Amino acid sequence: MTFSTPPDSADDSGTDASATDGLRAHLVVQRERFRLDLRLHAEPGEVLALLGPNGAGKSTALRALAGLTTLTDGHVRLDGELLEDPGQRRRTSPERRRVGVVFQDYLLFPHLSVLDNVAFGPRSRGLSTRAARERARTLLADLDLARYAAVRPRTLSGGQAQRVALARALAADPRLLLLDEPLAALDAQTRLDIRAHLRRHLSEFTGAALLVTHDPLDAMVLADRILIIEAGVLVQEGKPADIARRPRTEYVARLVGLNLYQGIADGAQVRLADGGVLAVAEALHGPAFVAFPPTAVALHVNRPDGSPRNVWQATIDGLEWQGTHARIHLDGEIPAVAEVTPAAVADLKLVPGSRIWAAVKATDTHAYPA
Amino acid sequence: MTVTTLPDEPTRRSRDAGAPGRRIPAFLFLPALLGLLFLVLPLIGLLVRTPWGSLSQQLAGTDVTAALRLSLVSASLATLVSLVLGVPLAWVLARIEFPGRRVVRSLVTLPLVMPPVVGGVALLLALGRNGVLGRYLESWFGYSLPFTTAGVVVAEAFVAMPFLVISVEGALRTADARYEEAAATLGASRLTVLRRVTLPLIAPGLAAGTVLCWARALGEFGATITFAGNFPGRTQTMPLAVYLAMEDDPQAAIVLSLILLAVSLIVLVSLRERWTTTP
Repeated sequence: MTFSTPPDSADDSGTDASATDGLRAHLVVQRERFRLDLRLHAEPGEVLALLGPNGAGKSTALRALAGLTTLTDGHVRLDGELLEDPGQRRRTSPERRRVGVVFQDYLLFPHLSVLDNVAFGPRSRGLSTRAARERARTLLADLDLARYAAVRPRTLSGGQAQRVALARALAADPRLLLLDEPLAALDAQTRLDIRAHLRRHLSEFTGAALLVTHDPLDAMVLADRILIIEAGVLVQEGKPADIARRPRTEYVARLVGLNLYQGIADGAQVRLADGGVLAVAEALHGPAFVAFPPTAVALHVNRPDGSPRNVWQATIDGLEWQGTHARIHLDGEIPAVAEVTPAAVADLKLVPGSRIWAAVKATDTHAYPA
Repeated sequence: MTVTTLPDEPTRRSRDAGAPGRRIPAFLFLPALLGLLFLVLPLIGLLVRTPWGSLSQQLAGTDVTAALRLSLVSASLATLVSLVLGVPLAWVLARIEFPGRRVVRSLVTLPLVMPPVVGGVALLLALGRNGVLGRYLESWFGYSLPFTTAGVVVAEAFVAMPFLVISVEGALRTADARYEEAAATLGASRLTVLRRVTLPLIAPGLAAGTVLCWARALGEFGATITFAGNFPGRTQTMPLAVYLAMEDDPQAAIVLSLILLAVSLIVLVSLRERWTTTP
């Protein structure tokens, strides 16, 4: 992933002259029972998503980049400028970094009008009140928010507040834009609108952008590249399509809705680490992952025979309805999640505790090196 | 149909619990009524005994204008001193983690519970002519605080400032410090954050604290008379004038008290206006 840099600059990728633009950071934050150790880089114009479960250190990483949390070790370099490096006793305070933040609950100043909220950044950076308001007015018009200029933030809906928060962050002309769970506080319908809105404005933003989220869909739609962290460390990095096709941890697999297994491949067979063997379509050798979607799992009352497929007996562990289909949790030699229609649930009398045969075609699986 | 009776029952029960015309138990009602009378009767007494007919004469005859002006000026100055010193102190107590913070907070609130006379004695020992600090004021600058108008301000500020500190610190604690972080990420310096975010956010608490502080300074008696004495026109504030008048001219004392009461009422009303029109 990040081993392409020559060994002498491996400890500080920011020294590479060809890579001075954008964000280069190694964030180390040591807490009592938690350690964040994350390297990340983003080119100007690139949108990065930091995806992970609660408590993975996403927000700590964001706060560290903004200068709101002090690094224990590592460094932050933005457009070639060293913002923080505890080793060199260097630290630029938040107000001197050109880092904009859209906070999860927006934190719009309740005592200022929408216009003055957006003008706050330009004013703090030295513009006159009049010039700052002029800039804010232009930006609000760009974001289709001009009619809210005079109102107080508390009268805004969630979606409007989110857009004002984005406008406020952009008004300060940041070179790095950080968004903390930008859609988490919105209802489903607003989410769709704002996601599209956010996608458009992120693509227009010329600096690097980093989005923190626990929602894989937000990450997939909004980001050019996804970083997945668990317990403070990077576990997977890649383009959204790669992540969706080739998860490398159980957390990621669950996020993208795949069954995932780790094992040793020997040709078209993978011997799983937890027991069991899966026949796969791709021939591989050595440590490998096997993934298949829940829809690939067929359930039968009696042992099926016929085409080359993986067949095993399982116990139904649980059943949950998701819209027009049911997800069946299978326990057995190969634990898996199957997705079936309501008709199948009725026909096969699928109830928790019952024994069932599960089958997956080798051609429905996807195997890749670990 | 047993189902239909089910939703009925909780409603009836809740109606009982929240009944508006519920009887007040006598063992609570009687003390409550006595408490109210206890607080209001003295005020009624004051109004009843006020010589309304000769009010203007009384006002003209005493040093009331001098005492009132001195009271208003010194209470306002003491409030100003409290604001300049007390708001930063409250900020430090609310926002900075340091060892011994609880001890410092106790020290700050001590003048709140200490008898004001003791405060006056302590001020004399510290800032008096031979006081720990006062002797240097005397020998270096030829300046002496006790028994001056400045001394009145010092005594009032000493007693009243804790009210402001406590009030502002509470407001700072409940205000979301993340607004300050948001302001910093927008490029605001520490001073700008304080001026444009922190102070506006705590404005209601700050206003309440300021009014409380001013009212306490206005009514200050013990520390003032001990530290600044009782010189008409220089250190004789309204409460001192009232006390003195009680001895040789009770009628004047009543008039003076009435004026102080009126000032307090005006403050209370303006305070309520503030509280109901918070942003």
